[in-house]
Amino acid sequence: METKLQALKEEAIAKIKATLDTKELNDIRVKYLGKKGPITDLLKGMGKLPAEERPKMGQLVNVIRQEVTTFLEEKKEELEAKALEERLASETIDVTLPGREVKVGNHHPITRVAEEIEDIFLSMGYEIAEGPEVEKDFYNFEALNLPPDHPARDMQDSFYISEETLLRTHTSPVQARVMEQKKGEPIKIICPGKVYRRDSDDATHSHQFSQIEGLVVGENIRMSDLKGTLDLFAKKMFGADREIRLRPSFFPFTEPSVEMDISCFKCGGDGCNVCKQTGWIEILGGGMVHPNVLEMAGYDSKTMTGFAFGMGQERIAMLRYGIEDIRNFFTNDLRFLSQFNHTEL
Amino acid sequence: MLVSTNWLNDYVTIEDQDLHELAETITRSGIEVDAIIERSHGMNHVVVGEVVECEQHPDADRLNICQVDVGEEELQQIICGAPNVAKGQKVIAALPGAVLPGNFKIKKAKLRGEASHGMICSLQELAVEGKVVPKEYAEGIYVLPEDAKVGDVALDYIGLDDVVYEFDLTPNRSDALSMLGVAYEVGAILNRPVRLPEATYETAEERAADWIDVTVDAKEQNPLYAAKVVRNVKIGPSPMWMQNYLMAAGIRPHNNVVDITNFVLLEYGQPLHAFDYDKLGSKEIVVRLANEGETMVTLDEEERTLTAEDLVITNGKEPVALAGVMGGGNSEVSDETTTVVIEAAYFDPATVRRTSRAIGLRSDSSARFEKGVDPNRVLLAAERAAQLMSLYAEGDVLEGTVLHDELDKTPKQIVVSPDFINARLGMKISLSDMLDILERLQIPTKAESGQLIIEAPTRRQDLKIPEDIVEEIARMYGYDHIPVTLPVTAVTPGKLTPYQAKRRLVRRYLEGAGLYQTITYSLTSEKKSQQFAIEPCQLTKLMMPMSEEHSTLRQSLIPSLLDVATYNVARRTSDIAIYETGSVYLGNEEDGLPAEVERLSGVLTGQWVSNEWQGEKKEVDFFVVKGIIEGLFRTLGLENRVTYEAKVIDQMHPGRTAAIALDGTYVGHVGQIHPTVEKEQDLKETYVFELDLHAILHESTDQEMYVPVSKYPTISRDIALVVDRETTAATLETIIHEAGGRLLRDVRLFDLYEGENVADGQKSLAFSLTYFDPTRTLTDEEVVQAHDRVLQALTERAKATLRA
Repeated sequence: METKLQALKEEAIAKIKATLDTKELNDIRVKYLGKKGPITDLLKGMGKLPAEERPKMGQLVNVIRQEVTTFLEEKKEELEAKALEERLASETIDVTLPGREVKVGNHHPITRVAEEIEDIFLSMGYEIAEGPEVEKDFYNFEALNLPPDHPARDMQDSFYISEETLLRTHTSPVQARVMEQKKGEPIKIICPGKVYRRDSDDATHSHQFSQIEGLVVGENIRMSDLKGTLDLFAKKMFGADREIRLRPSFFPFTEPSVEMDISCFKCGGDGCNVCKQTGWIEILGGGMVHPNVLEMAGYDSKTMTGFAFGMGQERIAMLRYGIEDIRNFFTNDLRFLSQFNHTEL
Repeated sequence: MLVSTNWLNDYVTIEDQDLHELAETITRSGIEVDAIIERSHGMNHVVVGEVVECEQHPDADRLNICQVDVGEEELQQIICGAPNVAKGQKVIAALPGAVLPGNFKIKKAKLRGEASHGMICSLQELAVEGKVVPKEYAEGIYVLPEDAKVGDVALDYIGLDDVVYEFDLTPNRSDALSMLGVAYEVGAILNRPVRLPEATYETAEERAADWIDVTVDAKEQNPLYAAKVVRNVKIGPSPMWMQNYLMAAGIRPHNNVVDITNFVLLEYGQPLHAFDYDKLGSKEIVVRLANEGETMVTLDEEERTLTAEDLVITNGKEPVALAGVMGGGNSEVSDETTTVVIEAAYFDPATVRRTSRAIGLRSDSSARFEKGVDPNRVLLAAERAAQLMSLYAEGDVLEGTVLHDELDKTPKQIVVSPDFINARLGMKISLSDMLDILERLQIPTKAESGQLIIEAPTRRQDLKIPEDIVEEIARMYGYDHIPVTLPVTAVTPGKLTPYQAKRRLVRRYLEGAGLYQTITYSLTSEKKSQQFAIEPCQLTKLMMPMSEEHSTLRQSLIPSLLDVATYNVARRTSDIAIYETGSVYLGNEEDGLPAEVERLSGVLTGQWVSNEWQGEKKEVDFFVVKGIIEGLFRTLGLENRVTYEAKVIDQMHPGRTAAIALDGTYVGHVGQIHPTVEKEQDLKETYVFELDLHAILHESTDQEMYVPVSKYPTISRDIALVVDRETTAATLETIIHEAGGRLLRDVRLFDLYEGENVADGQKSLAFSLTYFDPTRTLTDEEVVQAHDRVLQALTERAKATLRA
């Protein structure tokens, strides 16, 4: 019987070693170790043995069972590992193939510039004020120290809707409206929005464009405050090493009036095509709010003073991105729009 | 304003200055020098020549062979095609080696077999603008005065050695519309004296008053009118220096009398007019308002129809000049003129401006009058013109000036304290520095008991209030010296309004969903202005549009976005997903302005999903766009308050358009545009939406509160129903929700089927229903009960049957 057992064991182990897949291996397990297998049969036949031999034989059967089981498990692990390897090999993909596209749009470059400017002033405690694009002549001109026969009205030929109403030529009427509402209280606002002028559309003119203006009114607001505010803005918007310079200018609603240049952000002031070899780029206009404007809105210009400034969003965007034709902003060619698709931080 | 620096040097010494640096200083002090024009354009080898011989070219009718003395040992042969070349002329000769403007190189050449060693030049060839070249030389070469010295540099004779500043003047600095005004400015900058011209001359014995009367009827519009009479003038060319100054300033020389009036206009900023006395037709000048419909022919030979607001100079009967704008053709100075009336006046700026605008004619004269000329220079200018006419037109200036004068010429007093100036600037400029600046500007100032008492010169009409003095001090002291400070104010929270914040959220959501933001024009054609409008209203139209295409304010953004789509598709970008937020302009509110309401619109066409190598493609359809809108409302916390209902809208596909309602109120629509519109726009299947962003973003939402995540399970049951084709999914969902009761938490459509095994006119919809109680585990019985109620309600109310 012992010999039989040893023979069975050898036979099983040989079969296990020759096996190539897990199914066959399972068949072997069932065949040799199953309830109807030869080893079980031998165990059943143990009743016929003398009582003193039974424990020894029982032990031997168990050892052999154990040995065969170990071989089976080892083989199983080996086959599974091999199978996994094959599966992984068969599942291999070309990871350089393009991914499933997630379509993402983006801001129009004007909005991008506007939000950036807005955020700088929001961080400085300004609020954003908005107003109508179809405006009364009063707010667009008269409240801003531009009476009907004022020569400065020449500077901005306008689209009139009626004798009394027109498409606003600048965002300044929002300032006039806010001052009227605030009734003498301090003000700190910026006003972005669309404006309209009677210009034929070409590379540098557009009958519709966008401005963004700022207004601060309070006790003892000084021209140095204007300069400091603009300096801070220029550094945040165009880079910490930007310098600004102010030049005298004229706007009917400010006195004194200034235009601000920044040192060229492309060449740093050495002269290049962006700054037309001057080292400076004109960015915005501003000044101290004209006392007539304050008085008309009900402020006492003796105690309350203020500054205002304004710039064209398209101009900033054109400088910023090197866009040469203002019409690009309104044509909305997707090959143009889709270029402004990633953060610049 | 073009400022000849040669001319400016007559009044303030600048010849020792670097003109580029000076220009920069002038700009930084307040008057922008827009361009510096070197009239020489770097030319050399351009000399005075004398035409010694001039014969016709044997082989060319229009060419002449000239032997020209250019100051060298031998005569130079130059072929010249100009019709006016002639023997004995002093001409401008460009010799071989010269480079004329436009990089035109002069070389020795042969013209039809004859050698030519240079070129005899017209002024245009030397980059003088055609419109300023004297008429007699406009079509040919320029002829220099007889005393020009052969071999000299020719540029000096014709003022091309000049450097001209082009000023970009702001409207307030009309004082710099005169050479003297510029001289005051530059004198202040350089701290140098200004040399004023002295208008001294001998007068004839006859009195001007015996020759002419002046009556002013329109005293308000014309407070000052002065007339001088000059007899025995000899009309001829004005001196070269004067012609050169005028050409440098952009004015064409005519004859001595006309040139003198233009010269004085530029010198003093005071426009003058010269009448031919003998053509006046009377011995009087009457200034009055025109009669309505009265006509006159101006110097430019245009007939002008006038209104009762136009001021005219008349001979007592008919207009001889449009006051301050342009003279009349009937009294124009010509070669035959012998007696001249010089007019110097102060015309009301608004009147001149109105007339100039009404007839669309802006002249050097009107540009100055409409800004207000210096009251104290009117008579000075008249004297100066008289002096020059006596000098350069050999005229006899009659004694006296015939005058109507009610003009206030007193300087305006401005009182301002140094403290005020420093407080406004945030600076500490000393009193002596301030006084020094004002003295340099020649603004008479007294310092008395802590105040500056200033007499603003009448030439500086822009100085009216203390703030104007603040600016004068600041700009001369230098804006660079203003310190950098920040406003000292109460701390304010810089924050977007909820509306503004949500608008940004909407943009980001849409861009995350794959749409590009566009910005289009608010002005559109009348035809397009109301297309696709949520609620068409009264139109808002421009009074004077520049084109029909941009004549009317839009009431929907969709037409502009469709045009953007068409533009892109035509350029082979066929997958389009774009949106815009912007105002539409509706009707007419009580305040006379249209209601401006912000809209959000989008246009989508082409492929939505395109994963070509995997063979996956999906065209944009209604549900893609609706899904984007549903996501938008979810983002805004409004999704449960929004409903969709089929609606027929003009220009939209009648079967594929939904009205969108928020709490039952119509806030927009979504759908496919009508195939006929698609065809018009050259677009394939195209979907659009427009939402009343104003209404939607002003809707507030509840604050979000946390709900504990339940530990109890949900139970799902599916039902497949067969209903009539017309029964909407929304109807079924409503029934399910109403019947399902408290335990029914969610209903989701997961299948829609029509065709085989479903009868004609019917469709099958399958829903997954989720039951849930957050406080306990549901029993089967409870779910079965609820589910049965749902089935029963569907059968009763929607005639639904369970699909077998």
